[in-house]
Amino acid sequence: MKIQVRNVYKVFGKNPERGVSLFKEGVSKDEILKKHRLTVGVADASFDVEQGEVFVIMGLSGSGKSTLIRCLNRLHEPTSGQILVDGDDVVAMDHQELREMRRAKMGMVFQRFALLPSRTILDNVAFGLEIQGIDRDKRRETAAETIKAVGLDGWENHYPSELSGGMQQRVGLARALASDPDILLMDEPFSALDPLIRKEMQDELLRLQSKMNKTIVFITHDLDEALSLGDRIAIMKDAQIIQQGTSEDILNHPEDDYVARFTEGVDRSKILTAENVMKKPITTAALDRDGVNTILRKMERHGVSSVLVVDRDNVLQGAVQADDLARAKREDLSVRDVMTAEVPTTPPDRSIRELLETASDTPFPISVVDEDRRLMGIIVRGHVLAALSRRGEL
Amino acid sequence: MPRLPIGDVVEAIVDFLLDNIGFIFDFINEVVIAMIMFVEGILLGMPIVVFAVVVMLIAWKAAGRGVAIFTIVGVFIITNVGLWQPSMQTLALVLTAEIITLVFGLPLGIAMAKSDVLDQTVRPILDFMQTMPAFVYLIPAVMFFSLGRVPGVMATIIFSMPPMIRLTSLGIKQVPEDLVEAGYAFGATPAQLLLKVELPHALTTIMAGVNQSIMLALSMVVIAAMIGAGGLGSMVLRGVQRVNVGMGFESGLAVVILAILLDRITQGFGTKKQNGSD
Repeated sequence: MKIQVRNVYKVFGKNPERGVSLFKEGVSKDEILKKHRLTVGVADASFDVEQGEVFVIMGLSGSGKSTLIRCLNRLHEPTSGQILVDGDDVVAMDHQELREMRRAKMGMVFQRFALLPSRTILDNVAFGLEIQGIDRDKRRETAAETIKAVGLDGWENHYPSELSGGMQQRVGLARALASDPDILLMDEPFSALDPLIRKEMQDELLRLQSKMNKTIVFITHDLDEALSLGDRIAIMKDAQIIQQGTSEDILNHPEDDYVARFTEGVDRSKILTAENVMKKPITTAALDRDGVNTILRKMERHGVSSVLVVDRDNVLQGAVQADDLARAKREDLSVRDVMTAEVPTTPPDRSIRELLETASDTPFPISVVDEDRRLMGIIVRGHVLAALSRRGEL
Repeated sequence: MPRLPIGDVVEAIVDFLLDNIGFIFDFINEVVIAMIMFVEGILLGMPIVVFAVVVMLIAWKAAGRGVAIFTIVGVFIITNVGLWQPSMQTLALVLTAEIITLVFGLPLGIAMAKSDVLDQTVRPILDFMQTMPAFVYLIPAVMFFSLGRVPGVMATIIFSMPPMIRLTSLGIKQVPEDLVEAGYAFGATPAQLLLKVELPHALTTIMAGVNQSIMLALSMVVIAAMIGAGGLGSMVLRGVQRVNVGMGFESGLAVVILAILLDRITQGFGTKKQNGSD
């Protein structure tokens, strides 16, 4: 067993031990806060994580999941309980031992990336090694290799502010991996990213994990993310872990109403939603800005026969096919004259099963749009089938 | 109603301090005068042309071509009106005061950011230091260090240190919590965290503190001419006393030139780091 967590409590406030004993006596969290001004962050958390396992802790905000993960490397000092990493009690370590363990065994990835803005990507990734006192050439060499592993080669000498969110989190991941720790602590690492990038990063993490075989503790508030990444999942509510098990366990035997509501309507084939399988459109046409010729050139360059038309605010207006554009060119018509406003759309949360039923034989892909009809991504029939087959559904 | 003996009490205290721990003031006096002489020796020892070129290059790197050109023009004007020596004397006082301000202000600011108790103790003292009229500092300075450049520098330090401390403390406190967490999560010691995470992140704010305290120091050094600190301040004073408008204006202009140069160069270093382009 890589990590063993036994009855960990974290109470914030003066005299926190009192909060622990009150909680054990059965006093509720709210009452402890109101009467004794103590905040129970984590109460009686116990779980085991095996070597090479991805263990997901899921809960809504305020459920204590971020506090719990911070107890594992003692960014938050546990008020009571035991945390064993490779059999060594983390809680009992002195400062020096704790630092050694953080340096050698645990890498951490943060929700808001937490990159150092005045350092280059290379020096950000080398940060952990620098802290360990590894000399400059050696650590830069290692950092450069890690940067390559997460697919960012060429960006070594840029600064974090020059990178997109997804790329910044790749740097965050590389920084955590650079000192080759056994354990990765990931605190909602993909929550700040937009849906398409989030999916991409999840795939990337799974790809890296299949090679690295790290022990990963992953925090999320997103059930889809938990189900697609976690070997096992723990669900937290009000500072406590209320259920843990594999995704099947959680879906098939929800422990109580809370978990049931969480997983309501989710069965294996409904887990994937439009948002999960959508892709970025290869190109779009801007209404009233791109002329007929411009759009034709775009389509030719990208080798597509139809293209979605959006306005300035990325609101979907319709679609147009190459044939129609050619006709417009001959007869001197505008894009508006030849485009069709009737294109299939779906909200991002519709399940794939429903999509498969509705996917008709229009020549256009299904557009995923938000409540303001802004284009988020597209789904072509192939994506849906591919996504399902990856999961062994077909 | 009898008059309160405030003046007598203060005098008694000062006498007591001088009688009993006078050696401390003597020691401070020796150190500060040595520093002033050292800095002044460098500034006045080098040929004016060398000074102009060195400062121009620094200005160019920190603040661009405009300020570099301004440096040459400024040095020319100051030399031309015969104010080179008093200008360098003033600059030496400012630099000496600023070095001492940095040596004490920076650690104190960092300590205040780390300790709430210290913060709550020092903050009212800083408020007090900043709300006092500048002239008031001349009095205790004279009491402990008599007349001349040392009390001038001491008064200047007291006057110009608060923004240095405040902005250092602010800069450290403004380091985002997740950067601090990241530092610790990768096994940094508190000293490593300070050097590798907190100070680099706070640098822009700290440089703003340096900039402000230098500006205050320059204004105070001019005032300190009243207690014999010399330099441009004494020229301004002489101009006023003799109702010599021309002399007063020329000395004033030299002060302004020094002020603009110091301001642009320190500001330039601050903003440059912020862009991460250096």
